[in-house]
Amino acid sequence: MHASESLTEADRLLTVCNSCRYCEGLCAVFPAMEMRRAFPDGDLNYLANLCHNCGSCYIDCQYAPPHEFNVNIPKVFSQVRKQSYAAYAWPGALRGLFTRNGLAVAVIAAASVAAFKYSFGDAQTGPASFYSLMSHNAMVGLFGVVFLCAIVALIKGARNFWRDIGAPEGTLFAPQSLWQAVKDVLQLRYLDGGGEGCYNAEDAPVDRRRLFHHLTFYGFLFCFAATAAGTLDYYVFHRVGAPGWSDLPVLLGTIGGLGLVAGPVGLIFAKSGRDKILIDGTSLGMDVVFLVMLTLSSLSGLALLALRDTSAMPLMLACHLGIVFALFLTLPYGKFVHGLYRFLALIRYARERRHFTGGEA
Amino acid sequence: MTNLRGEIVIDLEQRFDVLVVGGGNAALCAAIAARRAGASVLVVEAASKFYRGGNTRHTRNMRCAHDSATAVLTGPYREEEFWDDLLRITGGQTDEELSRHMIHQSKDMLNWIVQQGVRFQPSLGGTLSLGRTNSFFLGGGRAMLNALYRTAEGLGVKILYGAEVTEIEIDHGVFQSALFKQEGGTNRVHAKTLVAASGGFEANTEWLRESWGDIAENFLIRGTPNNRGTVLKMLMENDVQTIGDPTQCHAVAIDARAPKFDGGIITRLDCVVFGIVVNKHAQRFYDEGEDVWPKRYAIWGRLVAAQPGQIANIVFDASSLKLFMPSLFPPVKADTIAELAVKLSLDPQIFEKTVNDFNAAVRPGTFDHTTLDDCRTEGLSPAKTHWARRIETAPFYAYPVRPGITFTYLGTRVNKEAHLIMKGDQPAANMFAAGEIMAGNILGRGYAAGIGMTIGSVFGRIAGQGAAHYACQ
Repeated sequence: MHASESLTEADRLLTVCNSCRYCEGLCAVFPAMEMRRAFPDGDLNYLANLCHNCGSCYIDCQYAPPHEFNVNIPKVFSQVRKQSYAAYAWPGALRGLFTRNGLAVAVIAAASVAAFKYSFGDAQTGPASFYSLMSHNAMVGLFGVVFLCAIVALIKGARNFWRDIGAPEGTLFAPQSLWQAVKDVLQLRYLDGGGEGCYNAEDAPVDRRRLFHHLTFYGFLFCFAATAAGTLDYYVFHRVGAPGWSDLPVLLGTIGGLGLVAGPVGLIFAKSGRDKILIDGTSLGMDVVFLVMLTLSSLSGLALLALRDTSAMPLMLACHLGIVFALFLTLPYGKFVHGLYRFLALIRYARERRHFTGGEA
Repeated sequence: MTNLRGEIVIDLEQRFDVLVVGGGNAALCAAIAARRAGASVLVVEAASKFYRGGNTRHTRNMRCAHDSATAVLTGPYREEEFWDDLLRITGGQTDEELSRHMIHQSKDMLNWIVQQGVRFQPSLGGTLSLGRTNSFFLGGGRAMLNALYRTAEGLGVKILYGAEVTEIEIDHGVFQSALFKQEGGTNRVHAKTLVAASGGFEANTEWLRESWGDIAENFLIRGTPNNRGTVLKMLMENDVQTIGDPTQCHAVAIDARAPKFDGGIITRLDCVVFGIVVNKHAQRFYDEGEDVWPKRYAIWGRLVAAQPGQIANIVFDASSLKLFMPSLFPPVKADTIAELAVKLSLDPQIFEKTVNDFNAAVRPGTFDHTTLDDCRTEGLSPAKTHWARRIETAPFYAYPVRPGITFTYLGTRVNKEAHLIMKGDQPAANMFAAGEIMAGNILGRGYAAGIGMTIGSVFGRIAGQGAAHYACQ
């Protein structure tokens, strides 16, 4: 017996797929499936999180609907994934945030912006004097705490996932598997339909999600690096004034911010163009709100940079800080976790592959 | 205008250089080759867009000769070896000139088919050790079709779905036009040439009954329900020569619980060599360990067809359960042989005796399912000559099986240029055939994995080029 209807359906589909195996060259999911003959919930959650939803197996499947065997791995796996995110969430009391994730995140973001705006009061400030609105220590303290909370929750979730899929702890410390998974993530190796590209509405691989995901991912990293550089500037080099356009935090933040606008916006459009049969309709809110939050955080950051010498600065700062605060607060309770669980699944896959074939993944 | 049955017929405005009937591998190779040679091409496919491609949807590889290993093939498979294999599996019932020509042409097919957008991968996991001889399609047969259709459409081939040909108009051995039904209406299309690539007739039970008798009712059809042989029959009525025995076909023993049509690969069972096979009277009837499975899987369809009720059961015990590829339906399971007999509707006493007799006849040996091992029976008829191990470890398992027909071999006779041969032995100037509809030229009987696709691709390409040449001269 399985814990949910989606898991029961996933088991049925994998019984079909494991008897066929035509898709084994497309991605990591099917070779991982072939290492098994039965599919308990933990294995299904592992395989579902290994799936990048490129859509190729659906387009290539002779048993896809309207065939009576009704095989639709991308859709059923996305349902299983979404349920697994909620199941692994820590603390468990916050699982409910996944049910109406779009609404929940939007409310938290709005409240957060309002709170920052309220705390700034009507203070009149000079040019770019962020810290007259909120002291640097207060800012670092607040964000440090929320960041730590997110990290703890993510680690707890990761542990729940790792236990559920029944993977040995040692796998996490196998350098070859770890390095393989890092490469797979950085390249998005499996979001390419076996080398041809991903699918959306047509049976031609014209989907651009891989490109947009790269922009988003690397944009996010650049923005994160900008924040880190700014913090270093302050604490190590004791620069307190507003950084100029050529300073590292601004450079990194601008590049990352642009990527973090183009990427998520592109992903929103690419998602809206996908064939609805490939996706789990109920997770659309969660997917979109995360992309919107990323876009808003970078847009508000860029706007703050542009308007920092004007009277709109306090409002812009409240928006930016509020959105980033809400983004980090909700990281463990939204779409962000897909990256974490997929990375872990890829580590396990690299290990399994090595173990089964004695060769490279 | 009306046709013979008084139905209103709308003539298509355009007269095409090449009309391709069918939508599978052979049809698409013909359409692409003809279009690349400069011809205007119309493809009429009876199936909907999803079900397009006939049995090609269910395929996964093709067998092509090659002189050295490639990125996806582990070693050379020379023309002579291919020919030897073909000679052996058909027992000599093949047209040597045509077959050797096809084998020679198959060498270039590995390149040509990739140029049409099809992608290969190394041999699939858990398949029948075909890594040296057969090239597997990345994503399987439907992925291959998707690539061919994309290429054909990109080149300007016109494709109609849900378009079933109902009449072919031939005047003194010269093709004129064809009528097809689409969305309730009947249309006529004129073309300078015809390529018939519409498959066999295995989905036409009435036709199967003509040669097999009532037992044909018990056959399952592994692929498309559209292969009813209507075009083949029309050509036969228009003095086209046929070749092949109407009872010969690619037939394997598949799970008896499979749907009547379109069950495809996942209903096949690779476990015959690990156990015994009994008929409905609980009797064995053939040596289950005659040879390695890749060389024997294609005979079991006929063997089961010859048994009463066209049903049999593959029986094995717990020690063999994980030695073969999983399949769609779980095996029937029981703790005792008698209980298994009840579940399979077999006479328990006779079944127990069959199993006991088999167990008693098994000689000691060293089991190795990867070679022709020395595990065999002695003093048993029929013998099991390899992989014979006592069925004694509970639980006991069984798969019920029925004949699963992949495609029929009776077809149109062709020459090396894929021209249809008319009664009187002269080739038809503007009519060609490719694929299952003419497979009987190569396969008088028997089968080896991937040959159906070779026949389709090679003769499809030849037919398309020939048709374009004729139409454009």
